[in-house]
Amino acid sequence: MLHVAIATRAFRRYSTYRAATLAGIFTNSVFGIIYSYAYLALWRANPTAGGYDAQDAVTYVWLGQALLMTIALWGGGTTDDLAERIRTGDVAIDLYRPVGLVGWYLAADLGRAAYHLLTRGFGPTVIGLVVFDIALPASPVAALAFAVSLVLAVVVSFAIRFLVASTAFWLLDQSGVKVMSGAFAIFFSGMMLPLVLFPGWLGTLARALPWASYVQVPADIWLGKHTGADLAAALGFQLVWAVVLLAASQGVLRLATRKVVVQGG
Amino acid sequence: MPSPQSVPSLIEVRDLERTFDVRRPVEGRRRRVREQVRAVHDLTFSVAAGEMVGYIGPNGAGKSTTIKMLTGILVPTGGQVRVAGLDPSRQRVDLARRIGVVFGQRSTLWWDLPLRDSFELLQKMYRIPPARYRENLDRFIDLLDLEAQLDTPVRQLSLGQRMRGDITAALLHDPEVVYLDEPTIGLDVVSKGRLREFLRALNAERGTTLLLTTHDLQDIEALCDRVIVIDHGTAVYDGSLAGLHAEGGSSRTLVVDLVDEADPIDVPGASVRRVEGPRQWLSFPTEASAAPIVAAVAAAYDVADLSIQEPDIEDVIRELYSRGG
Repeated sequence: MLHVAIATRAFRRYSTYRAATLAGIFTNSVFGIIYSYAYLALWRANPTAGGYDAQDAVTYVWLGQALLMTIALWGGGTTDDLAERIRTGDVAIDLYRPVGLVGWYLAADLGRAAYHLLTRGFGPTVIGLVVFDIALPASPVAALAFAVSLVLAVVVSFAIRFLVASTAFWLLDQSGVKVMSGAFAIFFSGMMLPLVLFPGWLGTLARALPWASYVQVPADIWLGKHTGADLAAALGFQLVWAVVLLAASQGVLRLATRKVVVQGG
Repeated sequence: MPSPQSVPSLIEVRDLERTFDVRRPVEGRRRRVREQVRAVHDLTFSVAAGEMVGYIGPNGAGKSTTIKMLTGILVPTGGQVRVAGLDPSRQRVDLARRIGVVFGQRSTLWWDLPLRDSFELLQKMYRIPPARYRENLDRFIDLLDLEAQLDTPVRQLSLGQRMRGDITAALLHDPEVVYLDEPTIGLDVVSKGRLREFLRALNAERGTTLLLTTHDLQDIEALCDRVIVIDHGTAVYDGSLAGLHAEGGSSRTLVVDLVDEADPIDVPGASVRRVEGPRQWLSFPTEASAAPIVAAVAAAYDVADLSIQEPDIEDVIRELYSRGG
């Protein structure tokens, strides 16, 4: 109940930035169009690259644009609030609460993600549907699995961002680590280039890292590349990373409160 | 120092210690030198349920460190802490339900949300039964005059309004003990007075234990029967406010305006500190009664006016600090 209330309020809070939302939808759409033409050129040269056809490739582009803000690929979201509260010492107040910090911020981030999905997610997708002939989910099962996958993507991304924000306990400022983590995320999520195109060991590695949960796995589910046991394995992959990283977040938080001074009086 | 068995103590601190490793640059050395700093050491005290205790000391004395250990967000490096029978750092979440915290310099409310939303979140967070929540909220907004601000986002509140919101937020779940850190800082005289009155009533009616850290000694004088003075990480005084005056060798001052200029007034029990024309300043011990001295002066001299100045408690504490240091 509490976590639902937290999520609803985070949703409401983000919905107050209307102009920023519109500007963001516009930006996502412009990038979607640019990427689409680039991918179309690529797939004209190699029509079966990575096991995708041209329509898959363009669909992948628009899914990426829709997911960009929803999963807060660059970092940011509610974990930025956390990093700021660690820096100023306000996190002490959060620690006085009879609620776990990880669950608290996760709930808020899911509220934020819901808002970004409805706006920054659906907005560009409509443009993509109208301008390019992007594919709808391969089947009802794929659509449902995509929804689950999307939630898991947000959780994995949240946990990584939580870990990044936690570095502020030691470094006072997360920004350096955040930039680094953002660079990893953009490359290993498949946002720039689908991971299916990564060659050899790099591809194997990229598809095993948690960032694959961000874009590659949900997109493949949408496109119907995973079915049956394979689909369960794809969701399982995300779930395992979500659990591992949330546990790590919890562990780091415990370490931080044990070893580190919360700033200020 | 064991507390009397008859009074169960709510807060029990024994030989508490917290050290920090700091790295300090040293001239001539390339690497910084690791050093241990004792923020708190050999700290022992206990607080009984229903007490109002002032926890005072200069900046950096270890007040916040103590409070952080009492609330469980900092783990002691030595000694023992028990609050309401719980080990704060191990049972932080359980303890959190039973304590309240108020910071004068930070808000515990959610900046973007209307006051009402903050309170509703707290109700869910502390699982306050709805009837109890309503009752508490109604009472606090009435006492603290917050009705008109309930739908205002916290960022738009004045400091005094925000502070009253914070106090309400800290009390909605009926905490047994409330830590107040500089609760009146930045407030105007009227707001300060109202807040103190409210806290006194809270303690009287509900028996809420209050631990107050403050630089405003009027807070202490208005609220606390007992003060613990901490300096360099350990308690240098623990006792009544009156005792603190005595310990610090403080005195009260009788200001006498004579009709005519005269030699220094000579009465038993008081000595003249200063003479300025017809006005003379006589000091006498805090614990002595002013009445016989006033009577003696009035009997021997033509007095135009009289007034008594209470001792400046800051001087008393400064005196203690200089001894402790």
